[in-house]
Amino acid sequence: MLATIVARLGQMVFVMFGISVLVFLIFFATPGSDPAARIAGRNASPETVAQIREDFGFDRPLPVQYAVMMKRLFVTQDLTSFVNRGQKVIPEVLDAIPATLSLVSGAAVLWVLGSLTVGVAAAALRDTAVDRGLMILSLIGISAPVFWLGEVMNLLSQSRYHDTWLFSWVPGLGYVPLSDSVSGWFKALVIPWITLAVLYIGIYGRVLRANLIEAYSEDYIRTARAKGLSPTRIMLRHALRTSLLPFVTMFGLDFGALVGGAALLTEVVFGINGIGRLTFHALQNLDLPVILATVIYASFFVVAANALVDVLYAVIDPRVRA
Amino acid sequence: MSPLLDVRNLRVAFATDGGPVTAVHDVSFTVQPGEVLAIVGESGSGKSVSLLSVLGLVDRRRTVVEGQATFRGEPILNLSERVLRRIRGREIALISQDPMTALTPVHRIGDQIAEQIRAHERVSRQAARDRAVSLLRDVNIPMPERAVDRYPHELSGGMRQRAVIAMALSCNPALLVADEPTTALDTTVQAQVLDMLRRLSAQHDSSVVLITHDMGVVAEMATRVAVMYAGRIVETGTVAELFDDPWHPYTWGLLDSIPPLTGARPRRLPSIAGMPPPPGRTEPGCPFAPRCRAAMPVCYLPPPEQVAGGHRALCVLDAPARAALRPPRVAA
Ligand SMILES: Nc1ncnc2c1ncn2[C@@H]1O[C@H](COP(=O)(O)OP(=O)(O)O)[C@@H](O)[C@H]1O
Ligand code: SF4
Ligand SMILES: [Mg+2]
Repeated sequence: MLATIVARLGQMVFVMFGISVLVFLIFFATPGSDPAARIAGRNASPETVAQIREDFGFDRPLPVQYAVMMKRLFVTQDLTSFVNRGQKVIPEVLDAIPATLSLVSGAAVLWVLGSLTVGVAAAALRDTAVDRGLMILSLIGISAPVFWLGEVMNLLSQSRYHDTWLFSWVPGLGYVPLSDSVSGWFKALVIPWITLAVLYIGIYGRVLRANLIEAYSEDYIRTARAKGLSPTRIMLRHALRTSLLPFVTMFGLDFGALVGGAALLTEVVFGINGIGRLTFHALQNLDLPVILATVIYASFFVVAANALVDVLYAVIDPRVRA
Repeated sequence: MSPLLDVRNLRVAFATDGGPVTAVHDVSFTVQPGEVLAIVGESGSGKSVSLLSVLGLVDRRRTVVEGQATFRGEPILNLSERVLRRIRGREIALISQDPMTALTPVHRIGDQIAEQIRAHERVSRQAARDRAVSLLRDVNIPMPERAVDRYPHELSGGMRQRAVIAMALSCNPALLVADEPTTALDTTVQAQVLDMLRRLSAQHDSSVVLITHDMGVVAEMATRVAVMYAGRIVETGTVAELFDDPWHPYTWGLLDSIPPLTGARPRRLPSIAGMPPPPGRTEPGCPFAPRCRAAMPVCYLPPPEQVAGGHRALCVLDAPARAALRPPRVAA
């Protein structure tokens, strides 16, 4: 078990190195484009471009360029944005991480609990009105666009009903750091959490229901019933436990992608300055240093989330433990 | 002696996309305390469905189960899950065909056995675990103290089936339903597992319903036999009656397909030509008629029952007609 985890972490470091090389090559070694000019952004003066070429060593061999870039990303952390006139890139990314992590983690808790409840209840009450109702609600949740849902939530909680007891506690849009105020952090994020989680509750609930129903046709469920176990025990210990693998796989992918910036729409709607928004603005301005930093950051998160999934796999399914 | 399990006129129909399909027609059988009843027939003849529906283990939403069945004199058919739960595992235990899929893959063998014990008896975790170890020892699993902590995938098919049998015996059931317990196993392992099943069911005073398609297994294990074909019991009697004087042409076919115990094994065993009818068949006549070498026009009417004591068959052939076609094998 421990060996599996260590091996997996080693593999993870290796993959991350590979990704950083790949990203570097795509950004700075694409034939026919001058990386210095691209870093400098639109309408840069020739002096700036020359300065950048000097700073980043773009006239030196590629491995040196890579080393310089990684040093400026991770060691000296002094990569600067030229589009944004000298803004330091790394602190900007580091500032955005807590907001995105808070948003996505809270939503993840909601969506895991919510979809477990929906999936288990629908499968246990299969073909009843409850099952059908839950499946229709899930479908609605899946089809509601997150920016629309967010705007509706804002309309209700920020203006229309803001003065009623229902929503008077809702603070203005924006992120409140956890270190500033725990309750402020919580209040600021509750509605974004729900908004982001709705889609995933719908998807995961439906997938879980399908997996549970498939599990119920397995021989071992018949064995469990023939043993005289209670329906609750059969559901939770036998059916659910074996249905969690696809659930965990999906979770790893979605969580990684969201933390890596895919929560962009939710961040924009609720004015949360997270990774998604940062990347989005950087893309709009062709701010290459910021794009580079966020892309590397995002890919690292996806890889880390997948490593975590592999570890969870081994916890859930003994057949995976080598 | 009153029977332990008494099934009368059992009929089981499944709702399918093409409408209801009756898989079991008018099946009656009894299991006496201490006996081994074999239910034998080709795959798809309704053996599993008959027993699973008595135990309420078919999908209730899609299945209609009619008829009567009593266990220890009490009705058992269509009871609520809550009531059945107290019978299942404790009074009637099930051993299913495929040991590879019968155990939950994510739990240790010992935990799965202990779980059953603790579902029916108030014993501590440790006591249940100790019992699991001794049960695993009883079914000849080597190093049972280690095997309790193994996961199913860490055991071979034969060992898994032993573990399933240990689990089935864990609450000393009065009745063991063994649904093709050795079909998925190698021949050498088959003999060992059957041997052990016979020894342990006797030791635990359990009656056994042994479902099989192998007449050789019937001869080895059973006291009485019911032969099923196309959802009906076409012949029933003691093992001696059926083997020495089989009445139904289908039984003849099954018997002729047993490999001889001595002498050269024939290159190909004679098997019954043709296929069983599809489950949705509605014609009233003998379902075996298309494959029967003795079939005659009258066979396309519902066949009468031939009876002599406990020996019964569903066929028009009476004693003289049978004697002409297949002389009984008189004990020499
Ligand atoms: N859940 C089900 N739905 C529809 N038909 C079924 C179902 N289970 C079994 N059957 C049908 O019932 C018949 C008897 O099956 P079964 O009892 O499993 O045969 P066997 O004698 O091999 O144990 C088969 O024709 C099978 O197709
Ligand atoms: S009733 Fe007729 S067809 Fe059916 S088994 Fe008897 S002889 Fe054969
Ligand atoms: Mg079967």
